[in-house]
Amino acid sequence: MTATATETRRLTMVEALNQALHEEMAANPRVLVMGEDVGVDGGVFRVTKGLLDAFGPQRVVDTPLSEAGILGTAIGLALGGMRPVAEIQFSGFLNFAFEQIQPHCSRFRQRTCGRLTVPMVVRSPSGGGIRALEHHSESEEAMYVHTPGLVVLMPSGPLTAYGLLKAALRAPDTVMFFEPKSIYRAIKEDVPADGAPLEIGKARIDREGSDVTVVAWGAMVRRAREAADTLDASVEILDLLSLAPLDHEAIVASVQKTGRLVVVHEAPRTGGLAGEIYARVCEDAFYHLRARPERVTGWDVPFPLLGREMAYLPDKERIAAAIARVLADR
Amino acid sequence: MSTSSDTHAARACDPGLSFEVPPCVRILRADGTLEPGAEPPFDDARAVELYRHMLRARIFDARLLKLQRQGRVGTFAPGFGQEAAQIGSISAVEKHDWFVPSFREIPAALYRGAPFRSVILYCMGFEEGSVAPPGARDLPVSIPVGGQSAHAVGLAWAMRLQGDPGIALVYFGDGATSEGIVHESMNFAGALRAPVVFFCQNNQWAISTPRRVQTASETIAQKAIAHGLRGVQVDGNDLFAVHAVVREAASIARETGMSTLVEAITFRRGVHTTADDPRVYRTEDEERAWERRDPVDRVRTWLTARGLWSDADEAAYTEAVEAEIAADLRDAEAFREEADPMVMFDHAIATPDPYLARQRAEAEEAFDGRVVIAGATKPRTRKGSDAVVGELEIAED
Repeated sequence: MTATATETRRLTMVEALNQALHEEMAANPRVLVMGEDVGVDGGVFRVTKGLLDAFGPQRVVDTPLSEAGILGTAIGLALGGMRPVAEIQFSGFLNFAFEQIQPHCSRFRQRTCGRLTVPMVVRSPSGGGIRALEHHSESEEAMYVHTPGLVVLMPSGPLTAYGLLKAALRAPDTVMFFEPKSIYRAIKEDVPADGAPLEIGKARIDREGSDVTVVAWGAMVRRAREAADTLDASVEILDLLSLAPLDHEAIVASVQKTGRLVVVHEAPRTGGLAGEIYARVCEDAFYHLRARPERVTGWDVPFPLLGREMAYLPDKERIAAAIARVLADR
Repeated sequence: MSTSSDTHAARACDPGLSFEVPPCVRILRADGTLEPGAEPPFDDARAVELYRHMLRARIFDARLLKLQRQGRVGTFAPGFGQEAAQIGSISAVEKHDWFVPSFREIPAALYRGAPFRSVILYCMGFEEGSVAPPGARDLPVSIPVGGQSAHAVGLAWAMRLQGDPGIALVYFGDGATSEGIVHESMNFAGALRAPVVFFCQNNQWAISTPRRVQTASETIAQKAIAHGLRGVQVDGNDLFAVHAVVREAASIARETGMSTLVEAITFRRGVHTTADDPRVYRTEDEERAWERRDPVDRVRTWLTARGLWSDADEAAYTEAVEAEIAADLRDAEAFREEADPMVMFDHAIATPDPYLARQRAEAEEAFDGRVVIAGATKPRTRKGSDAVVGELEIAED
């Protein structure tokens, strides 16, 4: 690598993730990438492209087709001193491995009073919007946020993907790293070579505003931006990035400033993270609220096949209408 | 205590069970001639009928691929190259038996009577395409790899409990044999004597992972033995052998409750799904080698040599199938134009609670005057009580 610390390239999220993996694997010989089709194929979305050539089959491993097998053995690898990055091809298939994540992965630290830990990264494309097959479009982050002991991250673009994945690869616990697949190639941003990791647990203000706070993450940050652009209002967009831990202070501070809240997520409404964000706001910014909050979410129905996908996912129109209603509420 | 465990042992372990996988069965060779001394498992008329099913599936597969490339349908998993494995197996069980597919079984589903229209609707992304006719013993497409194998065991078990003579025929691939649930299912079938035919289409590739990387086992069929099931291998590109092997497995299951794992050795000649590019991971030499063993060509050569099929027959049948597809495609595209987004609320749960009803009203409001169906062009206008008409039409198919 001839890159210097000041060099930047315009990259898609796929390329930014790929660069982060290249850099971290070069820097740490214990990092290994494993999963279905991650080697020869370079991953079905090409996130791991070129890693096999660069680091060889001991460190870039095409595994048998078994999600529980992948995550279960990754736990063993992590306990045994390696730092695995396990890819589960689509987050809908993580359910096969939930038995490894919840009863095992999330509990090793507590179970052994900190003696044994599972520092690994589980990468998985999540969310809808690419006209995919059944089980290829869900957003199941709340299941993992509701599992104490895990870190849950979701980037919103190439730059945050790069910084968060670098942070995940240095984190002391298991990181569930959800990649919003609908923006894998939709956005290009300037990404530095050998750049710094982002801080886990910190949200970022995507756009400053004073009239209303829109909390979003993943692909919905961009959607919120598009909605805000249609409105004559000062909209603050808070991009969470870290779903567990949540940046409680950032959420509360923004709502204390604006007095109005809209939360946007792709996942179904009931039990979704908007409920948790409402709760935090009720706890610490209740008297600052000047309007009834709204949440724009997937409906409480199973994610439909692609014909009705547009009708399921929050879109610019629904988000804009919700923001307008919250602004009109006096 | 020892008596009890002996009784269990006697029930679960079949003393006649072989601990070796017998040699791979083949009847029709790649060049379209019969193995010496071997005979087709059915008469000429049936051979022609099954060939037509294979050809029909292949024509549809090619057409669907074009439609996908044109953006008129979504992603699907082509069955190209696996027509003998699928038509040979599904034709060897009864309509009364359960058909439990994974996601590559369009040829078998067509044989079971699924209209092109249903498959097209499914590929366009409408659940209406998964609605089998009332009473049909056909499960819908199952995408999470291997999970449906357990459903097959449950279905077979339910039939046994109800004195029903049916069995379940479940499809999965070589990759699925790495999933724990497939082994749990085989073990349940053995322990409970639930009559199942586990039909593994070993098509050599699980996306980019070749069979030899998938498992260190010499065969997939041998994985049955540990679970107390029969394990057999068959040339999956040989219509006759697949049919014969599955018919025997079905008959043993029906009569004794003993399940069989059939490993059909075949080849996925096309893409894994339309989102896949096999040029990244396999060679053209390999593809050409399997082209020479093509299952459709093989039966056509045999039929032609016997004077049962001609180029004129092929042309006439192809034209008829193309016309049927064209009509069903028009019908499906018309359905899409009128498709109701609210159907997703209709079938989420038997009794929607008021909060879900409120979301539904919110959706009605949000969709008014907009196009929210993929591929449709007409903006939605609020509908009244006739909102589910499109769905009822499907149910009557």
